[in-house]
Amino acid sequence: MEKMVSLTIDGQKVEVPSSSTVLEAAKKLGIKIPTLCYLKDINEIGACRMCIVEVKGAKALQASCMLPVSDGMEVITNSPKVRESRKVTLELLLSDHNMECPTCVRNLNCELQTLAEELNIKSIRYPGEKHAARYDDFSPSIVRDTSKCILCRRCVSACHDVQSVGVISPNHRGFNTVVAPAFDKSLAEVACVNCGQCIMACPVGALKEKDDTDKVWAALADPEKHVIVQTAPAIRVSLGEEFGEGRGAIVTNKLAAALRRLGFDKVFDTDFAADLTIMEEGSEFLDRLQNGGKLPLITSCSPGWVKFCEHNYPELLDNVSTCKSPQQMFGAIAKSYYAEKTGIDPANIFVVSIMPCTAKKFEAKRPEMNSSGYQDVDVALTTRELSRMLKEAGIDVSKLPDEEFDEPLGISTGAAAIFGATGGVMEAALRTVYEIVTKKELEKVDFHDVRGLEGVKEATVDVDGIKVNVAVAHGLSNARKVLDKVKNGEADYHFIEIMCCPGGCVGGGGQPILSADERWDLDYREARAESIYEVDRNMPIRKSHENPAIQALYKEYLGKPLGEKSHKLLHTHYNERPYFDTK
Amino acid sequence: MEINSDGRMRAITDTSFYKNQTRIALRNCGLINPEVIEEYIANDGYMALAKALTEMTPQEVIDEVLASGLRGRGGGGFPTGRKWQFAADAKGDIKYVVCNADEGDPGAFMDRSVLEGDPHSLLEAMTLAGYAIGAQEGYIYVRAEYPIAVKRLNLAISQARERGLLGKNIFGTDFSFDLFLRLGSGAFVCGEETALLASIEGKRGEPRPRPPFPANKGLWGKPTIINNVETYANIPVILLKGADWFGKIGTEKSKGTKVFAIGGKINNTGLVEIAMGTPLKEVIYDIGGGIPNGKKFKAVQTGGPSGGCIPAELLDMPIEYDTLIQAGSMMGSGGMIVMDEDNCMVDIAKFFLSFTQEESCGKCPPCRIGTKRMLEILDRITKGEGKEGDIELLESLAKSIKASALCGLGQTAPNPVLSTIRYFRDEYEAHIKEKRCPAGSCKALIHYEIIADKCKGCGLCAKVCPVGAISGEKKQPHVIDKEKCIKCNSCFDRCRFDAIRKY
Repeated sequence: MEKMVSLTIDGQKVEVPSSSTVLEAAKKLGIKIPTLCYLKDINEIGACRMCIVEVKGAKALQASCMLPVSDGMEVITNSPKVRESRKVTLELLLSDHNMECPTCVRNLNCELQTLAEELNIKSIRYPGEKHAARYDDFSPSIVRDTSKCILCRRCVSACHDVQSVGVISPNHRGFNTVVAPAFDKSLAEVACVNCGQCIMACPVGALKEKDDTDKVWAALADPEKHVIVQTAPAIRVSLGEEFGEGRGAIVTNKLAAALRRLGFDKVFDTDFAADLTIMEEGSEFLDRLQNGGKLPLITSCSPGWVKFCEHNYPELLDNVSTCKSPQQMFGAIAKSYYAEKTGIDPANIFVVSIMPCTAKKFEAKRPEMNSSGYQDVDVALTTRELSRMLKEAGIDVSKLPDEEFDEPLGISTGAAAIFGATGGVMEAALRTVYEIVTKKELEKVDFHDVRGLEGVKEATVDVDGIKVNVAVAHGLSNARKVLDKVKNGEADYHFIEIMCCPGGCVGGGGQPILSADERWDLDYREARAESIYEVDRNMPIRKSHENPAIQALYKEYLGKPLGEKSHKLLHTHYNERPYFDTK
Repeated sequence: MEINSDGRMRAITDTSFYKNQTRIALRNCGLINPEVIEEYIANDGYMALAKALTEMTPQEVIDEVLASGLRGRGGGGFPTGRKWQFAADAKGDIKYVVCNADEGDPGAFMDRSVLEGDPHSLLEAMTLAGYAIGAQEGYIYVRAEYPIAVKRLNLAISQARERGLLGKNIFGTDFSFDLFLRLGSGAFVCGEETALLASIEGKRGEPRPRPPFPANKGLWGKPTIINNVETYANIPVILLKGADWFGKIGTEKSKGTKVFAIGGKINNTGLVEIAMGTPLKEVIYDIGGGIPNGKKFKAVQTGGPSGGCIPAELLDMPIEYDTLIQAGSMMGSGGMIVMDEDNCMVDIAKFFLSFTQEESCGKCPPCRIGTKRMLEILDRITKGEGKEGDIELLESLAKSIKASALCGLGQTAPNPVLSTIRYFRDEYEAHIKEKRCPAGSCKALIHYEIIADKCKGCGLCAKVCPVGAISGEKKQPHVIDKEKCIKCNSCFDRCRFDAIRKY
């Protein structure tokens, strides 16, 4: 049992474990201390000086977010000195901020704005020169605008510690400090994997997704174009949040209705392609397992992970599944099978995808993703961009009736839905692989060992006498642990699922952004993942190979998994990338 | 050169510069060849280490340092013995001893003198510290701008290793200890202990909040003591001569001596080591030889760029940690810059603040943006663009920065501004209200004019004026075109008739 200590905060006694900080102890008392650089468990560096408190006996004010509690400590969180210091610090931050709030992507969802309101800032006493800002929009996924950056370093910790990617750091010093890739390069020139976890961590609008909504508006307005949309599994449990629904609220059918109202000619579902992915990837796994192919097989659905592998683990590229991701499989099928079936010229088909992900923008633009003769996916939008389009069009998701996705590319199973949470691809694959191998019906479709938010999950599954060792990792620093084991020959895995973002796609870099306060109170990934599994439970069909539309696709067009057409349309390859673009 | 009444040259130790000094930290500097270990040994070198390892327990070493009352010579003045005790008491098998040799104050070179002139005294002291706290390794973080120091440290370390004074089983005992160098990259903030540790670890050199203090969580998370060069240089002497002997030097709360780098408007510049408690006046007039050119003393800045300016009325003050803090300055690492009547105190404040502002690491907003804003306000005051209320604005910002900045650099950066406002508020007011620089130093605020009655029309001023701003007929009073004048002072210097007025 951890030792408890007793301290006094604002005259109230509180008892907390000895490893607590003063900030945590105050929260237990319901005392709110303002924070800005603090992002629990991710960025605890005491830099922003907003959470300062007076401690009896200490000379200077102390940052409560890093201050360990001690027995008998007396803390004051709300003295005139503390309030004045916080106000001065915030005014200083605002004096070096571009203050273009009404046109900022984070307007009304900005922690700096909220704090200015909460601390009652009505004027800035210390105006002055602003730091030389950079605007970097060369990356297809992420835009950096340092004129808004308050140097809280939350993005730096997300990039370095959560993702172990480490491409952004503070450069220069003092007033000239700027968070940027080394040598002030663009994100497009370094080993950024486009995951967008930096955006999720950013309290202001200094990091944002590359906005592609104009391209979609233009396509929708073009009478020549047959504009179809696919929506990823994780969107149905997150979009509602942008319209006042609870965290993780399930809005699957309202989402279909909303997309239809935006003017898409067909409203399809990436889940269809997820089922297709299971057919191909499951078959690929069986092929490698039974015919002595390269193992372990590692999933390839997550484009952030794939780019990470290309930069950091090129020696494992042969282990990565050749399957395209569901987004790309959907595009390839839409511009081949669907075009043929409907008699629409694929040149006029415009595929939009709604993704929880910024890396999907990069993936859609990969030059190898055009096996139908056309770019598989024309535009990939994030959940946030879709939300902005809907708001601009006056469509309130929460007020819409339930509607269904269109056929045939809108038909899916519960196995596809769980792609949105860490472990889901593995679970979906196991459901299908088991039944293909054993030709028996799976008694229990739920594989609980691979669910949940533990960083690395391992399980051994008995498939007709073969012990299949699987591992699931989410968040790239967790992925590193698994990959290093594989690289060093220390693991005996057969099949590995890797999702770039913590929690999988529910925690994707394109999802609705929560403030640090909200993230402390609620694990949004857990809330969204729970809904994902509820979606699965409520589906009439829960195994990919039982999806009738998929069965029809193979019968009418593809032939069989890993067949010639599949090979051409649904599989690809990846290449080593240098750590720095030296061009 | 000072000559005795009998016409013979006075011994160096009898000169006014040296005779009032008490040299402990600098005891060997200039007297021994620092590249020959035997010369250090001949002057009692490594005797303290031998004594400690063979006759004393680690706790007895700490007790001796505690009893001596030695306080850190690098900034805050924390009792050295207590620091060692914390590290000794901290749990853990691996501990580190670190030396802060990242001397960065402009014009300061106390540590450099010891590093270059007596490197073995540092090595001996750090080994003693290692024995006291139970460390196996130590790091000397020295700035790369001291190439001779780096060379001599490396030489000293290899000499000490060859003779078994570093490495395994020192003096045949169970105690093993070794030292390594780490070179700084020129960031002033790396003199802050947590920034220094981050830099040794290969990270960006910037501080982190304390607690936890390095004594509990230091280098690579292990218990660590950090002292600066001068502090260490005192240690062997304390152990050899005893805490009682050391305690007799200095004052009750500030024991021993302190080395100062005196510079600025003073006749004898250089390093002086004096007993604590020596009045400022004695340092400036008896040792320093007073102000050159018969000018009037105005203020002395102590404590480096983050220190404060002490005015003439406080010259009788004894030099101690606490008296300096009460006066709005600090001991710091021992910079001492003397200013005379020609120095504008607003400009001086601006100069020191611009240094700390440049050297801010950028981690916390009070230091990163706050010092920038203060500098902007000072800048406009010295340009004659100061506004009513600027002094109050500076004060409120300074107070807030001192209270809320993350590290010592930010917390002390406003000192030069606050102390000059405290003692020279009238100068600030003259700049703001009258658009006048009383010291005649702020270029934007001074003007030149020829006094017609005194001008003989010799034409010398027109000849030396580099921009042709002066005109006039021969033997007739000349005039200065104020639009053209660049305030270079050439005419003022050359006029033989005092006919040019500066106002």
